[in-house]
Amino acid sequence: MYAQDLAGTHYAFRDLKALLAAATPFRSGDQLAGVAAQSAEQRVAARYVLADLPLKTFLEDLVVPYETDEVTRLIVDSHDRAAFAPIAHLTVGAFREWLLANETDGEALRAIAPGVTPEMAAAVCKLMRNQDLIAMARKISVTSAFRTTLGLPRRLSVRLQPNHATDDPRGVAASILDGLLMGCGDAVIGVNPATDNVETARTLLDLIDELRQRLDIPTQSCVLTHVTNTMELIELGAPVDLTFQSIAGTEAANRGFGVDLALLREAHDATLALGRNPLGDNVMYFETGQGSALSGGAHHGVDQQTLEARAYAVARPFRPLLVNTVVGFIGPEYLYDGKQITRAGLEDHFCGKLMGLPMGVDVCYTNHAAADQDDMDDLLTLLGVAGVNFVMGVPGADDVMLNYQSTSFHDALYVREVLGLKPAPEFEAWLSGIGLLDSAGRVAQVGQSREAQRRLLAHLADG
Amino acid sequence: MAEVPATDPLEVLRQATTARVALGRAGQGLPTAPMLAFQLAHARARDAVHAVLDTEALRVALEGEVIVVESAAPDRATYLADPDLGRRLAEGTAALPCGDHDLAVVVGDGLSATAVQAHVPAVVAALRLRLAGWTIAPVVVARQARVALGDSIGEALGAKAVVVLIGERPGLSAADSLGAYITWDPKPGRRDSERNCVSNIRWPGGLAPDQAADKIAWLLTEARRMGMTGVALKDRETPGSFLPPG
Repeated sequence: MYAQDLAGTHYAFRDLKALLAAATPFRSGDQLAGVAAQSAEQRVAARYVLADLPLKTFLEDLVVPYETDEVTRLIVDSHDRAAFAPIAHLTVGAFREWLLANETDGEALRAIAPGVTPEMAAAVCKLMRNQDLIAMARKISVTSAFRTTLGLPRRLSVRLQPNHATDDPRGVAASILDGLLMGCGDAVIGVNPATDNVETARTLLDLIDELRQRLDIPTQSCVLTHVTNTMELIELGAPVDLTFQSIAGTEAANRGFGVDLALLREAHDATLALGRNPLGDNVMYFETGQGSALSGGAHHGVDQQTLEARAYAVARPFRPLLVNTVVGFIGPEYLYDGKQITRAGLEDHFCGKLMGLPMGVDVCYTNHAAADQDDMDDLLTLLGVAGVNFVMGVPGADDVMLNYQSTSFHDALYVREVLGLKPAPEFEAWLSGIGLLDSAGRVAQVGQSREAQRRLLAHLADG
Repeated sequence: MAEVPATDPLEVLRQATTARVALGRAGQGLPTAPMLAFQLAHARARDAVHAVLDTEALRVALEGEVIVVESAAPDRATYLADPDLGRRLAEGTAALPCGDHDLAVVVGDGLSATAVQAHVPAVVAALRLRLAGWTIAPVVVARQARVALGDSIGEALGAKAVVVLIGERPGLSAADSLGAYITWDPKPGRRDSERNCVSNIRWPGGLAPDQAADKIAWLLTEARRMGMTGVALKDRETPGSFLPPG
């Protein structure tokens, strides 16, 4: 039992997960799950209680039972006590101040990351204002590498997302070339297939790999299909760079995705064994998003932001190249409007970085949410300031296959311009070498890069 | 507003995809014309989300017996805020005719009644052609429906499998995209990983009704052979394999 008296009113919270849920900024998904605070004052009372709670509490009082959930077992069994030592004496409120302190630099934050459990990250996140989430995340640089190095300071990479309604190879190629001409694609060229057909995935992988080799592009490719499909593609000898999988924060939610930790381990080992990664040993691409556990009926009464942080605990042992929170994709029943989407995007980016993960954010919304492109501009800019590793690049921000709006190639150019951010160094060198950068280092306008344009477009003409 | 030159070298990109490629640039930003085109498409999609399914028009277009039901969501606003209500039948729904059916076909408005109105009759007709040997229960049309509503309907009809044809959430280029979700042995509690999906059914611009029916029929036949649907059932269908001879 956790309790707080505020001006004569006694607020009691039956257990730790109830306290965490009540302390969370309001969002529709927690309301739907029946775990949101009953009043604005109760929410702040919960934050008072949380602020005084020792971080050690989260190692003893588990929000999802150890016996029945392999994600909890992973969190507890892999907790790094030595890394935790410098913060072991802190309460959640003091942890917030420690994180914000000028003396706490990137090196100190990197050192404690293996000692931070998802519940600790989620708890301190609930005490933070948006500016805290930005200022904190900005201090943490998490790099990963495959053929490009991602997450370096003052760099912002882009996943080129060339989806097509029927997986038509020529249509996919057109979107890839459009993105390359706009200086995007340094995080990954990653396509979501319209069906889970293994042969189609193979065709798309071959297409991207051939394009990459012909144009000598330093990047990696991915077809975002179920992990078992990718394992089959590996056996077939397809050019698999990265293995993709959607993951969530509980064993039951992961079962809903058709995966468990053992399967992820098997896939990771098979992908790493291909040895296609010259610069680093990061071969996994995970996607997450608040609300997925509730959506699958597997939330155990835990709030969606805490569960999201637990998904990062699932990702962490696999040292992924990319972790992407698809923040507004799931719909208004979990994140109702632009305000809730913005908050969730900043929370996910912060918690992932605090736990040592290479975070990207799909800044996005669906047409049944109360949000529009102005909200996306705001969140993209905030994440650029916060030092996000990568965002999406979708032609015109309109994904014609998944039917939602993300960020565009133009948006990537905008945020790089206003914040002085560059692509990954290997990719920037390629852009420069092929003649796609102007004298100011910007991606050249179409008329200024005729030779590069001709070389890229020739690929489409050839088939 | 700037005109696109007639000899635009990027025209080759526009020819290859309906995605918003080769939009041009004003600095790093969008030229005004494509920016407004985007806003118009978003406005239309927002309107499609709130469109109401015309069940009488569907009853006429779908040949054969049709049963209309409601989910537990009383209106669109509640439907959007609480998906669970869309997964259950309304209280007081009349008993569905249970029989020895191989397949139940459920039509749900989902997030785009526009898609259902436009494409469902053709898909159902094409599917019937390809499933000549299957006994198919009366088509159930459901308002304020989510995919999982098909589980309880399929179970109530006594069907071995259910295919749910449902309006996908509208995108900008496609406010009329239909999805088909196939579930073997439908019953409440089925997980998403126990279904197979054929998405982007719309014509022109996506899967034509005949192509969609080919895929659905292939998945159903495989589901019957394996006794399951979901991630274990890999889509290896080759186009055209399910058109009946002649």
